[in-house]
Amino acid sequence: MTKLPNKQQETLGGTIVHNLPFPRDTTPEALAWLKEMAPIQIEQPYSITYLHSYAQDSPWFAGLSNKKILANQDPESGYVYATPRGHDMHSGAETNWIDITENEAVIHAFTVCHFGSEAFLDQTPYVLVQVEFEGVDTLLLSRLFGVDPMEASLDWIGMKIKPQFIRNSKLKPTDVYFIPA
Amino acid sequence: MRPVYAISGGVSKFAKSRPDKNFQAVVKEAYDYAINDLQISFPDFTKIVDGSVASYFSDHFTRQLMAAIMAHDYLGLCPKPSHRVEGGGATGGLCFQEAWKSIASGHMDVVVAYGFETMSHVETWKGNEFIALASDVSFDYPVGGFYSGYYAMMVTRHMKEFGTTVEEMAHVSVKNHINAFHNPYAQKRNRYSIQDVRDAPMVAWPLTRLDICVMSDGAAATILASEEGIQKLEKAGAKIPRPLVKITGIGRGTDAMRMADRPHVDYDTFIKDYATEQEKASSDTMKYYKKLWDHGARYPGVHSFRAGRTAGNMAYKHAGIHNPIEELDFIELHDAYTSSEIQTYEDLGLCRYGEGGPFAASGKAFLPGIDYGLKLPDKPTCSVNPSGGLIACGHPVGATGLMQAVFAIWQLQESIKKHFNDNTLQVKDAQKGAIHSHAGTGTYVSVSILEKE
Repeated sequence: MTKLPNKQQETLGGTIVHNLPFPRDTTPEALAWLKEMAPIQIEQPYSITYLHSYAQDSPWFAGLSNKKILANQDPESGYVYATPRGHDMHSGAETNWIDITENEAVIHAFTVCHFGSEAFLDQTPYVLVQVEFEGVDTLLLSRLFGVDPMEASLDWIGMKIKPQFIRNSKLKPTDVYFIPA
Repeated sequence: MRPVYAISGGVSKFAKSRPDKNFQAVVKEAYDYAINDLQISFPDFTKIVDGSVASYFSDHFTRQLMAAIMAHDYLGLCPKPSHRVEGGGATGGLCFQEAWKSIASGHMDVVVAYGFETMSHVETWKGNEFIALASDVSFDYPVGGFYSGYYAMMVTRHMKEFGTTVEEMAHVSVKNHINAFHNPYAQKRNRYSIQDVRDAPMVAWPLTRLDICVMSDGAAATILASEEGIQKLEKAGAKIPRPLVKITGIGRGTDAMRMADRPHVDYDTFIKDYATEQEKASSDTMKYYKKLWDHGARYPGVHSFRAGRTAGNMAYKHAGIHNPIEELDFIELHDAYTSSEIQTYEDLGLCRYGEGGPFAASGKAFLPGIDYGLKLPDKPTCSVNPSGGLIACGHPVGATGLMQAVFAIWQLQESIKKHFNDNTLQVKDAQKGAIHSHAGTGTYVSVSILEKE
């Protein structure tokens, strides 16, 4: 049986302190004692808003907001990337856009995240999948819904799945997710 | 290229948090230890050392750009040359190899390679976020943003493809934790059973908390020298143990940041471009791989680290190693996850692709003479992570690859007892070892071979 965490998660935050203990006189003995002091730790908040460009990959996000999954294809070899890539890794040629929305999709690999980065903690447990599309040479990382995350099973690998699109696009790769077909 | 020797090393205590010292002072702990072990004074060493290479992964953790020059300065090394190396989890291994290059090229005679990370300055889940920023911020991070999740996806594919089990993975955790029980530098010194590993809280299915390394504060330093550098140091009074430890093989490999982009090559391409010398020479192994491919296996996909195989093959060729499991006495292997240790057994040719799970439970990678509380069918052959690895020692990212180098130097100098106050982890008559450093899902991997001259 899985053990539950046996200690409370620690967080930052504390009490505002005015004045710190310090020797009244800086005698040699008192100054030597300073080496025994516990370290002072302070909080340093840090926040940035970036202006991030999807650049040459932008059409992929525009596609999701219009319920289409695009992929990139090398013009010569026909090698297809499920995750956008502006230039082919083998030929170096600029790739073209193709529509793979209707291609059959299966789970290639998966996990259930019971913990996560701070930004995703409130979404746990969530299921990550690498999606394999028919006729496509590489994979796509996405989320899977419609399965019980507490009943993870290797049998999920190979399961047929289909894309769903959120109604109000956030222009994030999570605008598309998958459910069992 | 000139011969290069790894002559000394030092490691700070790895801990969850080191608020008692800033990162410069923690680096100095490791640096001073390495100098003191040579029995040379700090000023005399400073006169002789030609420069440094610094290793740390994340500017976010320190919230300090150009932290390396601050450490270099604190060590009293200004105005000597220095530069920083960064390559995710492989940063330390790459740093070690950069120092090797400086000497092998004839540019320098004595170089210190040091690394550190201070991961305690943010909460664990923010730390996970920083680490996850080492994935594509357009396509990977916004979907999952969690490295344990990425590795868990890789191992579910490995399990499906090859039949690897969670119990086999747990063998790695038991081995590395129990080894670390005898290593005073380790952050976690606990004895666990297979059941303990499986009962630990689930982090990313099927990986539990005891399948995964922990975040740490810590530093490590190694001193590398040419023959001329050794002469200079000894002339100044340094005591350098004989036989010397020589760096005889250097290898590196890479792969796409997005695991989704990694190729799935056919059998012929795998054999031509990736099979080890030993695999190519074995008709049995060729048949074995043909059968795997006939059943749908493709390489590397998300189940294997092409960068690890490339780095291993390159280092083995450089060092003249033909049969790694027989020729290497130990490997300090980047076990950020029990699963990645298993995947790396295969990359490094200790067993064939697909056989990493049974290999983990076979006993071949364990140390002799230690009671692991397990029934192991085979005798130890090549000890993997005799120090306890990242899982038990901790993983202060920039220090980790150098920590491995320090432990490897001590193994080959046969001085584990001196440094650990315990001889249990000394690999008997160790002649040749490897250190393996690995970055996010196998993007950068380095392998270096060290041996007794």
